[in-house]
Amino acid sequence: MTLLHYLVLSGILFTIGAVTVLVRRNAILAFMGVELMLNSCNLALVAFSRVHGTLTGQVMAFYVMVVAAAEVVVGLAIIVSIYRARRTVSVDEPSLLRN
Amino acid sequence: MTGSVVGTGGELVLFWVIAPLMVVAALALLFARKPVHAAVGLIFVMIGMAFLYTALEAPFLGVAQVVVYTGAIMILFVFVLMLVGVDAADSVAETIAGQRWIAVLLGLGLVSVLTGVVVTANLPDAVGLEAANELTNPVGVAYEIFGSTVFALELVGVLLITAALGAITLTHKERLSAIRDQKATVRLRMRAYARGEGSQVLTPMPAPGVYALHNAADVPALDPYGNPIDISVPRVLRIRGQELDPSSVDGHVAQIAGGTFVQPARVASAESPVSQERAAAEGARAEGGDADLDAPAAEPAPAAPAAEPAPAAPAAEPAPTDHEGDDR
Repeated sequence: MTLLHYLVLSGILFTIGAVTVLVRRNAILAFMGVELMLNSCNLALVAFSRVHGTLTGQVMAFYVMVVAAAEVVVGLAIIVSIYRARRTVSVDEPSLLRN
Repeated sequence: MTGSVVGTGGELVLFWVIAPLMVVAALALLFARKPVHAAVGLIFVMIGMAFLYTALEAPFLGVAQVVVYTGAIMILFVFVLMLVGVDAADSVAETIAGQRWIAVLLGLGLVSVLTGVVVTANLPDAVGLEAANELTNPVGVAYEIFGSTVFALELVGVLLITAALGAITLTHKERLSAIRDQKATVRLRMRAYARGEGSQVLTPMPAPGVYALHNAADVPALDPYGNPIDISVPRVLRIRGQELDPSSVDGHVAQIAGGTFVQPARVASAESPVSQERAAAEGARAEGGDADLDAPAAEPAPAAPAAEPAPAAPAAEPAPTDHEGDDR
């Protein structure tokens, strides 16, 4: 059992999250992709914490979690207010500055 | 290969059971048609992460993962999904030509680069966390958080409060019209009535009929002339055609509704005891008293005189109590 397994899994999950952000047109789904990327980074942090034998990586992962919680609150509030104004959650619709 | 062996064979088994499932669940984000399915897949990934954290000697983070991510963040996601409509379908129209394929290509490139870097990197031998977790993992993490990074923790507190305020501010809605209280509602209703609009019944709607054998909402009550009152049946049932005829639920009511009802003066012996009881109850009610439910109705009650007009809308018959059937 090496820690490489965890790092490779982290890379795969990060990629899935990134591609989700790129291809999904639903704002909430793209946002979930961001969450998946943050989670995979946390996994890498915890795995490296075990490599180094210190708890610093775990503390970093903890802070990432807290900041992600704050980010989700604000982001979802923005999505809800956009939905109220435009009746859509698609990331393509609000192109007010075009033309 | 670098990164020496830490942990046990059990951890390897756990990893190989959970990791492929996590990847499949994460792919739901890319391929699920409905956003809710993607959310469920992501919840599965989060719980799998909690397992892996615990296996990686980080039980505190495993618990925090379940509490914070699956218990709060994902619930918030699902909540907002339900709020904006579950059927908010993804449009398949691409604003940038071929964006999807470019993104997939870039994703494959990214995963190959990351994997290559990790596999070929010269990692030091893993130390393991036995020494760092000497005082149990949460205590060690707490020393780290409240010791060397305490200022960052305070900043995070400020951030959380700001985020809560920001969410409140962003979702705040100005009231554009006055609150319509009960008084205003009544006034509007009376005005509509005067104009001949809306409901032309100012009083509450009459209740549906209550009969001895049927008291559901689908039979109309009877007016004093014995005719069914249609509006006593809920509108939806009427539109669906589920309104029953009063005569179909009670023969005695059918007589009243048909105008052929004769008050049973002297109860004939051919009458069934049930109708005797009914006549007894009605006689008692005609005299102003309420039929006593507890008294055994076996003794023949004073029959009402024949000149007595038929009772108005039949009220609730006294329900047959248990001891009524004993002497039969």
